[in-house]
Amino acid sequence: MSWILILEQSLNGLQFGLMLFLLAAGLTLVFGIMDMINLAHGSLYMLGAFIASTLVQATGSFVAGVLLAIPATAILGMVLEISVLRTLYARDHLSQVLATFALILIINELTRLAWGSDAALPMPQALSGPVELLPGLRYPAYRLVIIAVGVLVAVLLFILVTKTRVGMRVRAGASNREMALAMGVDIKTLFTLVFGAGAALCALAGAMLAPLFAVQVGMGENILILAFVVIVIGGIGSIRGALVGAVLVGIVDTIGRAFLPILFGIFFQPRVASAAGPAIASVLIYLLMAVVLFLRPRGLFPARG
Amino acid sequence: MLELRRVSKRFVGVVATDDVSLEVRSGEVHALIGPNGAGKTTLISQISGSLPSDRGEIRFDGHDITRARPYERVKLGLARSYQVTSIFKRFTVLDNLALAVQARSGSSFSFWRPVAAEGSLFDEARSVAGEIGLSQKLSSIAATLAHGEQRALEVGLALATRPKLVLLDEPLAGMGPEEAQRMIALIDRVRSRVTVLLVEHDMDAVFRLANRISVLVNGRVIASGAPEAIKADEQVRKAYLGDEVAA
Amino acid sequence: MKRSIAVFIVLLGFPLAMSAIDNLFYVSFASRVIIYAIAATSLNLVLGYGGMISFGHAAFVGAGAYAASICIAEGVASAWLGWPAAIAASALAAWLIGAVSLRTRGVYFIMITLAFAQMAFYLVNSMKAYGGDEGLPLPQRAELGLGLDLGNEVVFYYVVLFFLALSLYGLHRVMQSRFGRVVIAIRENEARAEAIGLPVYRYQLACFVIAGAVAGLAGALLASHGKYVNPNVLHWVQSGTLMIMVILGGVGQLWGGAIGAFVLLGLEHVISDYPLPWLAAVAPNYPQHANLGVGLVMLAVVLFAPHGIAGLLSRRRGA
Repeated sequence: MSWILILEQSLNGLQFGLMLFLLAAGLTLVFGIMDMINLAHGSLYMLGAFIASTLVQATGSFVAGVLLAIPATAILGMVLEISVLRTLYARDHLSQVLATFALILIINELTRLAWGSDAALPMPQALSGPVELLPGLRYPAYRLVIIAVGVLVAVLLFILVTKTRVGMRVRAGASNREMALAMGVDIKTLFTLVFGAGAALCALAGAMLAPLFAVQVGMGENILILAFVVIVIGGIGSIRGALVGAVLVGIVDTIGRAFLPILFGIFFQPRVASAAGPAIASVLIYLLMAVVLFLRPRGLFPARG
Repeated sequence: MLELRRVSKRFVGVVATDDVSLEVRSGEVHALIGPNGAGKTTLISQISGSLPSDRGEIRFDGHDITRARPYERVKLGLARSYQVTSIFKRFTVLDNLALAVQARSGSSFSFWRPVAAEGSLFDEARSVAGEIGLSQKLSSIAATLAHGEQRALEVGLALATRPKLVLLDEPLAGMGPEEAQRMIALIDRVRSRVTVLLVEHDMDAVFRLANRISVLVNGRVIASGAPEAIKADEQVRKAYLGDEVAA
Repeated sequence: MKRSIAVFIVLLGFPLAMSAIDNLFYVSFASRVIIYAIAATSLNLVLGYGGMISFGHAAFVGAGAYAASICIAEGVASAWLGWPAAIAASALAAWLIGAVSLRTRGVYFIMITLAFAQMAFYLVNSMKAYGGDEGLPLPQRAELGLGLDLGNEVVFYYVVLFFLALSLYGLHRVMQSRFGRVVIAIRENEARAEAIGLPVYRYQLACFVIAGAVAGLAGALLASHGKYVNPNVLHWVQSGTLMIMVILGGVGQLWGGAIGAFVLLGLEHVISDYPLPWLAAVAPNYPQHANLGVGLVMLAVVLFAPHGIAGLLSRRRGA
């Protein structure tokens, strides 16, 4: 267990965390502003990946395909918001869970009809090799690109949310809906736009992660749960919380999976270690969430006073 | 009977109650008055336990209840009514009151025997309904009651727990003159067996009912004493009473 | 009450009719539906009557299923040991999870119950001794004795039907009791319930544990029914499906869970196994996409029947 391995795994964790942040950012705003549980957020992540795979193939360029997939998914998201989700804001959480669960089923099957159960989105040739970051630390170039994109988007999002008028309104809406209404914010349009932006971020995450994971129907569900864990840890409605939560979850999950089995191997018999190590590693983030909620029932950065 | 020693509560950046010391004696109607935002409802919530106090000590009937859960305080005989009506809206009047009687009369970890078979619960609930003037409305759904009737039920829920002391948070809120007279008469009837801490804006009601009055301004008690003394208190007139008494 | 008895008379006659036309597949299928009806009814106690939106109910079904399966796998086939063990295991799980989760409220409660269920899911995934992620095939169903062979589909059907009847009657009774009144009162107005002297947390926890225990029994029955258990019984989509059944059938309605289970599983089955000729002519593969139809029906129910199917039925009767 050398420090290089630790550094490498930390970078992996950071990379995964940043992509989780892209998902969580949209989710936390939707959740914070409209008090709406949207289980179908992961479906947009899946749609983004499928659309990108088609467009990358059609254009022959990874960059062009991904960049086109983002607005395409955003438009789909806004259509979804206007047609179905908008009617759910006034309903209770239970109805929202049921309706968006139904949307997951519907979107999954429509995706299967349009693309089949999976699709391919290969890594661009130029980025498939490793880069020597430090002597002895060779790190995949593509993962570095993901980190760069993630950081860039996070910075842009912060500027957008903290420095611009639109962002101020969004924040006002997330922390206090009545106040936002009193300020004369057109909640309806604003929310459609926020939803579209959330969908765009989903598409970016879906397309960027596609070469590392598989593009397949159902890919959205598991990462959705992680995104929810992130925003609950971070505090619902808080972008800052989403970022901290996402990186925390990404790193704890990745490091846990890489090192817990080794760590257990030191202290326990091999038979115990090989069984318990991976088990504990996979529940680590849920344990983290339970502990955070137990100590701070409204997350690390509660957005509402 | 109830004693507050230097009780405080602050919310993010705002001090709601500040070093409040207060004594409510057994058998009295003690009125707590003060301008809006003085911290009256916060104080009631601290006494009833729904808001934990940051500092200070609350003693009730010989017990230190500073850290007690709300339901534990009710068990000791300390009940409250709310300023904003908080009743079981989809229950009937009788079921509302029977539930409060049930909460007082032993454990509800009884899973099989129908409540309907427990005649005594409902007998007692009916007698409370009679006391608050809702005998004719027993099977009405609470949400369908008129405002004044809902306010009466609000107080009735507190009385049905057979408290030694009841905290009434603006029982007259939003009432017409006729309804207000009925509520004042109700408080006057129960005072013989229940000590009352009354938060109220209606000065007519306060001076008709109260044995003693405390004045809360900006989270602090600025005066405490007999009604006549309070009326004459220069500080109180300046801070609060002046305009209302004049009006 | 009359309607409930009528429904049970039909359910009692069902295997006889199926035996007459020699179609035991449907008896077995009906057993599965009834087991899910029990599980959904138990969730309805928490979700519908108690107002606690638990997104991790599959954990309790799973705890029961695994406890019962491990008994059988270890050679203890008697249902008289296995089923109580299942109930105890899931009640214990519900007590632990509930004790922590019930300190939170609203969305945080939804998420923390989900988180605990995920932990349980990964935990059984890693139980290599009992099949890990591949699941655990069982050599046989549990043994009931009393001359009743649970391997016989008709006998098994009557046993699970008995438990459904017991669950529904139990739910009915409990909701009339002191405890039931308190649980509903807490759903209606938690702060007021505490302010008239009710220890809200304790009653909610008790409600949560009872529901968990019943879910555990359903899990034990489910494992015996398929002679197989795998981690997917604890998957979060299973928790979601149980919620859907309750919401579809009717939140806080006695028959809500049962109706939801019947409609959802029935719908899935009909769409995938009974191709409509006219639809198949347009889209020959559509039965493979049964979930599309299920999703559309679910969406329609939320948008147009907010009180579920049981709500629709009782409204029509009331009118």
